[in-house]
Amino acid sequence: MEFDFAEEQPKFLMLMYGLIAFVAVVGGLLLLLDVVPAWFARRREAQLVAASASGAPLPRRRRRREGGMALFFLLPTLLLLTIGLIVPAIRTTLLSFMDSNSNDWVGLRNYGWMFSENSIVRVLINTLVWVLLVPLVATAFGLIYAVLVDKARFEAVAKSLIFLPMAISFVGASIIWKFVYAYRGDGQEQIGLLNQIVVSLGGEPRQWLLESPLNTLLLVVIMIWIQAGFAMVVLSAAIKAIPADIVEAARLDGVSPWQMFWQITMPSIRPALIVVVVTLSIGTLKVFDIVRTATNGNYDTNVIASEMYNQAFRYGENGQGSALAVFLFILVIPIVIYQIRNLRQQREG
Amino acid sequence: MAVFARPRQAFVIAGVLGLALSAAACGTGNDKGSSSNADSAECAAYDKYQGHDGKKVTIYSSIRDIEADRLDESWKQFEECTGIDIDHEGSGEFEAQLGVRVDGGNAPDLAFIPQPGLLKRFADAGKLKPAPADTKAQAEQNYPADWLKYSTVNGTLYGAPLGSNVKSFVWYSPKQFQEKGWTVPTTWDDLIKLSDTIAATGMKPWCAGIESGDATGWPATDWIEDLMLRTAGPEVYDQWTTHGIPFNDPKVAEAVDRAGTILKNEKYVNGGFGGVKSLATTSFQEAGVPITTGKCALHRQASFYANQWPEGTKVAEDGDVFAFYFPAVDPAKGKPVLGGGEFVAAFADRPEVQAVQTYLASGEYANSRAKIGDWVSANNKLDLANVANPIDKLSVQILQDKSTVFRFDGSDLMPAAVGAGTFWKGMVDWVNGKDTASVLQGIESSWK
Amino acid sequence: MTTATPTIPAGTQDTTAPKTVAGRVRKRLNSRTATLVSIVIALLWTVPTFGLFISSFRPEDEIKTTGWWTFFGNPQFTLENYQEVLFGRSSSSGQLASYFINSLAITIPSVLFPLAFAALAAYALAWMNFRGRDWLYIAIFALQIVPLQMALVPLLKFFSTGVTVGGIQVLPAWDLVDEQKFAQVWFAHTCFALPFAVFLLHNFISQLPGDLMEAARVDGATHPKIFRTIVLPLITPALAAFGIFQFLWVWNDLLVALIFAGGGNETAPLTVRLAEMAGTRGNEWQRLTAGAFVSIVVPLIVFLSLQRYFVRGLLAGSVKG
Repeated sequence: MEFDFAEEQPKFLMLMYGLIAFVAVVGGLLLLLDVVPAWFARRREAQLVAASASGAPLPRRRRRREGGMALFFLLPTLLLLTIGLIVPAIRTTLLSFMDSNSNDWVGLRNYGWMFSENSIVRVLINTLVWVLLVPLVATAFGLIYAVLVDKARFEAVAKSLIFLPMAISFVGASIIWKFVYAYRGDGQEQIGLLNQIVVSLGGEPRQWLLESPLNTLLLVVIMIWIQAGFAMVVLSAAIKAIPADIVEAARLDGVSPWQMFWQITMPSIRPALIVVVVTLSIGTLKVFDIVRTATNGNYDTNVIASEMYNQAFRYGENGQGSALAVFLFILVIPIVIYQIRNLRQQREG
Repeated sequence: MAVFARPRQAFVIAGVLGLALSAAACGTGNDKGSSSNADSAECAAYDKYQGHDGKKVTIYSSIRDIEADRLDESWKQFEECTGIDIDHEGSGEFEAQLGVRVDGGNAPDLAFIPQPGLLKRFADAGKLKPAPADTKAQAEQNYPADWLKYSTVNGTLYGAPLGSNVKSFVWYSPKQFQEKGWTVPTTWDDLIKLSDTIAATGMKPWCAGIESGDATGWPATDWIEDLMLRTAGPEVYDQWTTHGIPFNDPKVAEAVDRAGTILKNEKYVNGGFGGVKSLATTSFQEAGVPITTGKCALHRQASFYANQWPEGTKVAEDGDVFAFYFPAVDPAKGKPVLGGGEFVAAFADRPEVQAVQTYLASGEYANSRAKIGDWVSANNKLDLANVANPIDKLSVQILQDKSTVFRFDGSDLMPAAVGAGTFWKGMVDWVNGKDTASVLQGIESSWK
Repeated sequence: MTTATPTIPAGTQDTTAPKTVAGRVRKRLNSRTATLVSIVIALLWTVPTFGLFISSFRPEDEIKTTGWWTFFGNPQFTLENYQEVLFGRSSSSGQLASYFINSLAITIPSVLFPLAFAALAAYALAWMNFRGRDWLYIAIFALQIVPLQMALVPLLKFFSTGVTVGGIQVLPAWDLVDEQKFAQVWFAHTCFALPFAVFLLHNFISQLPGDLMEAARVDGATHPKIFRTIVLPLITPALAAFGIFQFLWVWNDLLVALIFAGGGNETAPLTVRLAEMAGTRGNEWQRLTAGAFVSIVVPLIVFLSLQRYFVRGLLAGSVKG
């Protein structure tokens, strides 16, 4: 128990500095936005008064332009995004056309490598499996569970339990599941739950994480385990928000539960579904820690984000790593287009 | 959020925070000043490193945990005498993060790089500072030329070696051997005969494991390297590690298949864990432990495995576990030794950094570190009397032996994409059932 | 059917009662089964975590040789793992207490900054009129996909060497030491969080009733005033929702902290320490299990206490209202 609290003091001091900076930046910005326009408004008022007193023609009221004001609202975000994401994105794109030391331009060679190297093609296929399965299964599960648990007696507790994995880091979750998939030789006492179940049913213990393509699915299970709670909470909230009178009216019309689900529930929660699927898809494309912790990408389980890290940072292949990253950007384009369509509809509707 | 609804309130809060801040600031006035006591007697040895009082040198390495504690202890006196503050940081992500830090302009002053391949990459990119004259003098004086060539790029020495390890060891239990009447084999044929004898008793003679987090596969590459040295000889080994011969050369295939006669032999492996495939998921730390419970008899692993035995295991020639030299296939070709180690490379050339770099290359440092325990170095100033652990003693003897043909771990010499990438992964596939030819073909095609 | 219960106000009576006995029974059964199934699933979902939890109280040898379920047949209970992980002073044990504080110091500002900035941005994108605003929103949305791994090097360069344009130093290097490095981590986390934060909050803010805004404008309220007095109070649930997300994300982050905070106990958060323990001590399950639980506790408390807001926030954001 030799924990010296005094040593930790500078950290709290720093935290306090951080909070002060926060108050100063955000408070200051709001104050500025509040005071400056007010000052202009007062001056304009004075001008108006003076003008009317002198009988001169009133100055023409200018068309309201909000660009300047909007800029201030967006300023911190745009600044940070430029430094933190836009510059890196441009840099990555440029690097993807250069060699491993980023010295010479190599054209599309890195992209050629990506699609000709068997192991990398495998990585691309795995990523596709992930991004198809995770949002689909997690959302479906979340939706079904939300319906099942709706108005049940233990609803709050049950939902908390499903949501619990969200609070665990990807690394932690992977460790937990590695524990579940653990293997001990035939005839020894198993320490992994899955093998224990198999053995107690009379089967032989298996090396779960070695058997492709089963292992990819087992890793996907980890992601679904984490994310289903998110889908469930959001969708459950959306279901509860469906106005009671609509439901009643439908019920009185003699609509079967099945029709009810498709004709009333689904359309009502569509915006929520979109949020869930989009968030999960992007999260899945970027998944990195699970594969790294559980198998380190061995046994044909690698995905783009993890291979990209290996290429760029461990192997010093900046060009190839960047090309993989750019491929990730490309994969998200369908989601972006879908989002644009949504936004259009929303503006019109 | 309500804070921002009323700016005035925000100022009040800021004021309160400010007050608290100044109060807290008063409490932290115990800033540690420089405190060198250069004049005391035990500091005489550090005279040549004086003159940098109050300076700070950062070191980045892959050494963590107890080993990191021991490092800190090993240069404690140096710090006290010279006033140089050495700030060591060890990370499991060392290989990847070092690149990020260097590219990001945030390089450490010194790095302990265990891969000559990685060192070469930074040297080629012009990121490393050549070893200063003092360091070079110490290095040439204290380390064999075999070692220095690994930190020399295009004729320039970039740093001295530091710790080392010997990989050509097979761990066994002297107690078990005595009980069963087995003898330590000194030839390859004896080793195989012994394995058969043990297998006949119904026990799997070998245990092995190649799982090692994001470095999974490396223990198997050590096997291949050891056998390359034994079946093809050191010259071919050098061609292999520099891509002078293709990775799928028949000579490589021969070595891999030779390793396979043990590693992929269901009769031989994997004592205490299951069949051949369990190699892939058994962590290298756990892999040899069944020897202590009598579930396996032989485990090929480097000298540093001495740290992995369960608490209370006596590592000695007459103890619970010990190691013998991994026998040569053809004794006529000599006694090749595979090993590894780290090199002290510098990203800065401030005088205090050079002082630390020179100190780390010296005999004083080697002995200071060895006294603390569990450490081996090829430094010829290292006094055997300071090496307590019998296995370390054996390693130092082998390293300092003039007749030893030493070769550095081949995967550390290859480009990282191969040595820390496809070679590791290839070995995982190989253990997992893929045939030798296609594994080697795959690795070859990744080497550009 | 519609005429059967015209006079009964909805909600005061069970208007959904099936006509036939069989129907009633089936409905009963259905909801019973549903409840049962949902409870079983919830329990199944918890089993892996539960196993880890049990393991964290078991002695080292037991963890390594037998499954955690044997605990119930042969309970051997110890708090030693936690003791060692939390307060052990040698660097081989956890010292987690110190890293715990680092995690807090990193997380709190890393949640507040993106929250405030994104709320401002989302408001502007939803309710202010300027050219190209939809495209700007889409662009910010799309930035979600930039893998933060690729942003590490440029951002680190920004901190360590500053910004130079055409040989002129525009921004100086930050040159931070020890706990000051927290600032870098805050900055990095804020950058990486913004696209998702803007996406989520925009979803919410844009659904606020337009006439409310219009009325305020007619009254002469400026945008900052509307933002402060009308929008902020209304989006508190959404802010709480994103706050939780960001909290979980930052608390559990490994990579950003590894690069920008360093690995020492002056600045590194829990996750970095845990990863180190798993890496060097891959076989020290007893430390890992206890350590993992120490790191889960805080997010769990945060989640459970803010759960209410979380649900409400996301709900309102995703349903037209």
